[in-house]
Amino acid sequence: MATTRTEEGPRASRSGSTTGNPRRRGVRVDPVFHLFLLPTLALFTLSITLPAAMGVFYSFTNSIGFGEFQMVGVTNYIAMATDPAILSSYGFTMGFALVTVLVVNAIALLLAIGLTAQIRAKTALRAVFVIPMVISGIIIAFVFQFLFSNSLPAIGKALGITGLQDSILADAGTAWIGIVLVTAWQAIPSTLLIYIAGLLAIPGEVYEASALDGASGWKQLRSITLPLIAGYILINTIIGFKNFLNSYDIIVGLTNGGPGTSTRSIAMTIFTGFTGGDYAYQMANATIFFVIAIAIALVQLRITRGKAAV
Amino acid sequence: MANTALVTPAASAAPTPGGSRRDADASARRRRGRIGRERPNRLVTVLLALASITVLIPIYVTITMSLKTSAQAVDGNAFSLPAPIDLSNFATAWQLTDFPRAFTVSTLVTLVTVAGTVVLASMASFAIARNWDRRLFRWSFYYLLAAMFLPFPVVALSQIKLTGLVGLDNPAGVALLHIMFQLSFSLLLFTAFLRSLPEELEESARLDGASTWQVFWQLVFPLLAPMSATVGIFAFLASWNDFAMPSLITADPSLQTLPVLQQIFQTQFSNDYNVAFASYLMAMAPAILVYLFTQRWVMAGVTQGAIK
Repeated sequence: MATTRTEEGPRASRSGSTTGNPRRRGVRVDPVFHLFLLPTLALFTLSITLPAAMGVFYSFTNSIGFGEFQMVGVTNYIAMATDPAILSSYGFTMGFALVTVLVVNAIALLLAIGLTAQIRAKTALRAVFVIPMVISGIIIAFVFQFLFSNSLPAIGKALGITGLQDSILADAGTAWIGIVLVTAWQAIPSTLLIYIAGLLAIPGEVYEASALDGASGWKQLRSITLPLIAGYILINTIIGFKNFLNSYDIIVGLTNGGPGTSTRSIAMTIFTGFTGGDYAYQMANATIFFVIAIAIALVQLRITRGKAAV
Repeated sequence: MANTALVTPAASAAPTPGGSRRDADASARRRRGRIGRERPNRLVTVLLALASITVLIPIYVTITMSLKTSAQAVDGNAFSLPAPIDLSNFATAWQLTDFPRAFTVSTLVTLVTVAGTVVLASMASFAIARNWDRRLFRWSFYYLLAAMFLPFPVVALSQIKLTGLVGLDNPAGVALLHIMFQLSFSLLLFTAFLRSLPEELEESARLDGASTWQVFWQLVFPLLAPMSATVGIFAFLASWNDFAMPSLITADPSLQTLPVLQQIFQTQFSNDYNVAFASYLMAMAPAILVYLFTQRWVMAGVTQGAIK
C-alpha cells in the first residue's frame, strides 16, 4: 500500500513539470541528490544488511563467536528441531503473542469506540490512555513486578482469594499472564490510536442513514462499524503479532524468562548465543526467526495491497 | 510502537498532519451533528474514567513509593499516600546509580539519534521523492523500507560482533543503530509529506538561481518541520526507552543508558523499594514530560505511520 501510493505520487506530480520520462532520461541527476542518499544507503548496508547476511552465513558453521570454524551445513537447523529449549521458546512466544493480540485488540477497540463517542473530557482521557506508550518497557516491567509480587498478594490475602496469595510471576502456570497484562498495558495506546483514526474515517451519514432505517446501538456496531474498520483490525492484528514475537524488555523486567525457562521468548534465547558459546547455533535460530518475520511481512503486504485495490 | 507500524489498510486521507487533523475534526463534527440532540454520554465517560485508572495506578505507585520512607515502603500497602514525605530517596538513588553520568549518556545517545534520524531521513527522502523515475532512487526506497520487517534479534548477534570489531561497542554505536532502525518509518512519513508539497515552490526557487542544496536546506527542510517534529519525537521515544540494544552493544557498564542502569542496579536496590522507585521515576520522567508537550505529534505519528 505504502509502496503503491508512493509510486503514483511523485510520478503524477512529475508529469506536470516535465514531458514524461524520455526527456529526463538524458538529463544527469544533480550529484547533490546522490550526496543526500548514498551515505545513508552505505551506513544502512553496513549496519543492517551485512549483519543479516553474516547471520545467515554463520548459521551454517560451528563458530563459537571467535577463532576458527568449519562449515557444518544444516547441522544447526537439524539440532534445533529437537531442542526442547528452542521448541519451548517458540511455543511460549507464539502462544503469548496470540493471546496478547486478542487482548490488546479487544480492549483497544472498546476504548476507541468509547473515546470517539459523545463524552466529556475527551482530550484529557485520550491523553491519559496514550501515556503507557512513552514509558520504557523495562522500567514499567519493574514497577509491575513489584505490584505483582507485593501488592497483588497483599490484596489476595486481604480478600481471601486463594489464587492471588502468592506472586503470579513465581508460578510457571501463571507467570505468562503477568507478561500478557504488562505487554498489553504498553501496546494498547498505539493500537487504540489507529482504531480512533479508523472510526473517525467513517462518514457520519452512514450512521444517519442506518438510524433512519431503525438500526441502533449494537446493530450499528455489528453491521456498520465493524465491517468498515475491518482493515484496521487486520493491520493492528498483524503489527501487534509481529511486535509481540520480538518481546524482550518486559519479560526481562518481569520474570527474566522464569520461573525456570517457562517464559523465555525467542529473542531471549537468541541473545544467549552472545554469552552461551552456541553462537552459530543461535544464528540458525535467528535465521529461522527471520524467515518467520518475512512470512508475516508478505502476508501484511498481500493484505494491504488487496485493500488498496478496493 | 510505531516504528513497527506501517503500511496500511484502507486507502487513507490527506497526508499532511494538518490535513488529517482537519478531516478527523470535520468527521467528528458530522457525528456530533448526528447525535447533537443527545447529551454527553455520562455512562461511557464514567466507564472510560474507571478504565483510565489502570493506566494511572502504576504511575501513581511509582510517584508515591519514591516519596515514602524506608519503613513505609515495606509496610505492604503500595497504594497509601506517603506520610511523611521523604525526598532523600532521590538523593540516594542519584548517588547510588551515578545518575548524572547515565543521564548524560542517555541524553547524548538520544540527541544524536533524533538529529541523525531527522537529517539523514529527510535528505534521503528528498532525493528519493524528486528522482522517483530513476531506478537507483526507487529501489533504494524499497530497500530501506524493507528494514521495517527486520526484527532486531535477527541481526543482534552479528551487530554485537561487528560493533566490537570497529570500536563502536559504545553509545556512539548504539546511536548509529538507533538511527538505522528508525529510517524506514521516518522515510515513509517524509516521502508522503514531500509528495504533498507543491513543486512550483521548488521550481521558482530554482529559477531564482538556487542550487539543489539550497532548495533543500532553505526551502524544503523548513517546510518539513511538522513532519520532522513527528519523526524526531518517535526517534526520541525509541532511543530514550530502549533497553535491548544498549544492553547488548555497549560493552562498558559505566557507559550504559538509564533503562539499562535500572536493570544493573536491580539487585542493589533489593528491598529499598523507595530508592528503586525514585530511580525509575527519574528515568521515565523525561519521556513523560516530552509527551505532555508534544501529544499532538505523538498521536498524529502513530496514525500516519499506520495509515500511509
